[in-house]
Amino acid sequence: MQKHVQHIDIKHTVIDSTSLSGLRFWELWQHRELLYFLTWRDIKVRYKQTALGVAWAVLQPVMQMVVFTILFSRLGRMASDGVPYPLFSYAALLPWQLFATALTESGNSLVSSQNLITKVYFPRLVIPLAPVLAGLADFGVAFGILIILMVWYGVVPTVAILTLPLFIMLALLAAVGVGLWLSALNVEYRDVRYTIPFLTQFWLFVTPVIYPSSLVPQRWRVLYGLNPMACVIEGFRWALLGRPITSYSMFLVSFIVAAALFVSGTIYFRNREDSFSDIV
Amino acid sequence: MSELAIAVKNVGKEYRIGDRRYNSLRDRLTDWASGRYRTKKTERPANRIWALKDVTFDVKQGSVIGIIGRNGAGKSTLLKILSRITRPTTGRIDVWGRVGALLEVGTGFHPELSGRENVFLNGAILGMTRQEIASKFDEIVAFAEVEKFIDTPVKHYSSGMYVRLAFAVAAHLEPEILVVDEVLAVGDAEFQRKCLGRMNTVSREGRTVLFVSHNMGSIAQLCQMGILLNRGEVVSVGDINSVVGTYLNSSVYNQAESTFPIDNSKTVQVTQLQVLDDTGRLASELDASKPFQMIVETLAHEDARGTINLALTTPDGTRVCHSVCADSIKAYTQFAKGSSRRFAVTFPGSILNEGFYSFMVWVVPGNSGVYDVASSPLFQIQIVSSAESFVGERKKQRAILRIPLVWQVDKT
Repeated sequence: MQKHVQHIDIKHTVIDSTSLSGLRFWELWQHRELLYFLTWRDIKVRYKQTALGVAWAVLQPVMQMVVFTILFSRLGRMASDGVPYPLFSYAALLPWQLFATALTESGNSLVSSQNLITKVYFPRLVIPLAPVLAGLADFGVAFGILIILMVWYGVVPTVAILTLPLFIMLALLAAVGVGLWLSALNVEYRDVRYTIPFLTQFWLFVTPVIYPSSLVPQRWRVLYGLNPMACVIEGFRWALLGRPITSYSMFLVSFIVAAALFVSGTIYFRNREDSFSDIV
Repeated sequence: MSELAIAVKNVGKEYRIGDRRYNSLRDRLTDWASGRYRTKKTERPANRIWALKDVTFDVKQGSVIGIIGRNGAGKSTLLKILSRITRPTTGRIDVWGRVGALLEVGTGFHPELSGRENVFLNGAILGMTRQEIASKFDEIVAFAEVEKFIDTPVKHYSSGMYVRLAFAVAAHLEPEILVVDEVLAVGDAEFQRKCLGRMNTVSREGRTVLFVSHNMGSIAQLCQMGILLNRGEVVSVGDINSVVGTYLNSSVYNQAESTFPIDNSKTVQVTQLQVLDDTGRLASELDASKPFQMIVETLAHEDARGTINLALTTPDGTRVCHSVCADSIKAYTQFAKGSSRRFAVTFPGSILNEGFYSFMVWVVPGNSGVYDVASSPLFQIQIVSSAESFVGERKKQRAILRIPLVWQVDKT
């Protein structure tokens, strides 16, 4: 009798050499609990292993802000569009940190989880996604400091603050897109690992974290939008500090670039996915 | 029970080894820039090996299949294909039911997390839902016998506790098809029996089990059907006893050394196991009266500190003896990243009786867990000269040990 019951919901799978087609987001949805647990592990381990624990998430952007303020504002007389420089840079460092950490961690994620890849089957997309989500926890903690800074400097946000999630999404979309490319390339070409720190450093300089985007001439703004992070930081300063938006077409370009990075990254990753366990 | 659970048809798996033309993006880009990329692709075929060739067999629902063969025969590749970790190059497999794979105990275990946290993490990795894990949590902990330490980080566990907890999670997986690699080899004898019992229960519930082991005893005890692989091909399929018989009697197993592929995912791995006779030569047939040596070579992929455990076993899995390197040299061994080490153990002569033996090696860290497990091929101890014997070999009862004991007989 029991045998009969079992047969009703039996799943038939075919395993052969042809790759499964499509992006299979459904499969990813089925494994959402695994994504949850891997994210949870990343957060937990990070806060357990370091002596400073949660404080680490705050300390990193705060220290950077202090250094930037001393170097660029006090010594370098960097303009900050009329906003107190600490607040000006911290509001940019927050999304930047989110982006840079997500990109680095997901870029290295496949190689560092090779024991999982060679021993268990699950959609590999889960692996580069988990550190990105874990980065959101750091972001949340560090955001508390921003609120304190805003209160300190008496900056009252406008209704524009409601658009903030949109810019966070944009940063995540770009980070996941690049992260997927890097993680898949990293499996095949191990020197990719060494290019990641260089990439993030270079990227920092072409993003208006330290300087205001008003330094970039108006006619280059649209081109500047090819860097989605430029838009994210402009958006953050607009939504939080009430800075005017300098170019709407720049925003549009950024969104298109981020979406293109995400879609191409996912397709490339999905195409390479089958070979990961053989070559990692 | 006539329905099929798995149908494997002409499955082959090809690996490209050695000649990986592009290990770095730099090479690839410079080649591409100089326009050589397209021509180079057809220039020379890469070094290819077929890990599996034309493998065909069916598995009925509810049956327990043992897959045997010596190291490198393709057993692990077959399991990896069945559990969808890697794709076959040729052929097709139809699977009816969810497949749960257990190719390693404690996959994804994190040393910093507590036992409780690892149970949930590991369960999720193996494909259980949070609800499923929560409902079986107490059972899992009781099975592993680690109740008192469940909230301690697993880095403080002994290797026995670590393995028990890891296996307990896996043993509570409930897929229709369970694929198990040689994981029972770790853990003590009593726990092994418990695991075998658990697997017996699993199969009685109508689940299909595929089981790889070097332990002919547990294979014969657990399985009804066997598949013998050699060099990627199926040599024999059928009743487990006849397949085990074929394996033991064929010469394919009778090799004095086995080498293991480089696996970067292991902190320290075994690369080679050898059996040497008393003159230092590789030998698969040994004189019972002479000492012999067992050689273990390791390669470290990370800096580590640990020791080697070695157990001598008979083909049915009975442990004859167990020895730990650190007990003998009174220190843990340092493994330096990228370097190899060689361990030699001498077994005295005139102790083992004639028969087949193999040894099993664990590389274990100083704290908890297991870096690697490997088993040697079977080797044969033969009684070459019976000079010490008075009655002749035929009048003796068979026993594993053949220690020359000293008798005293009352004079009157």
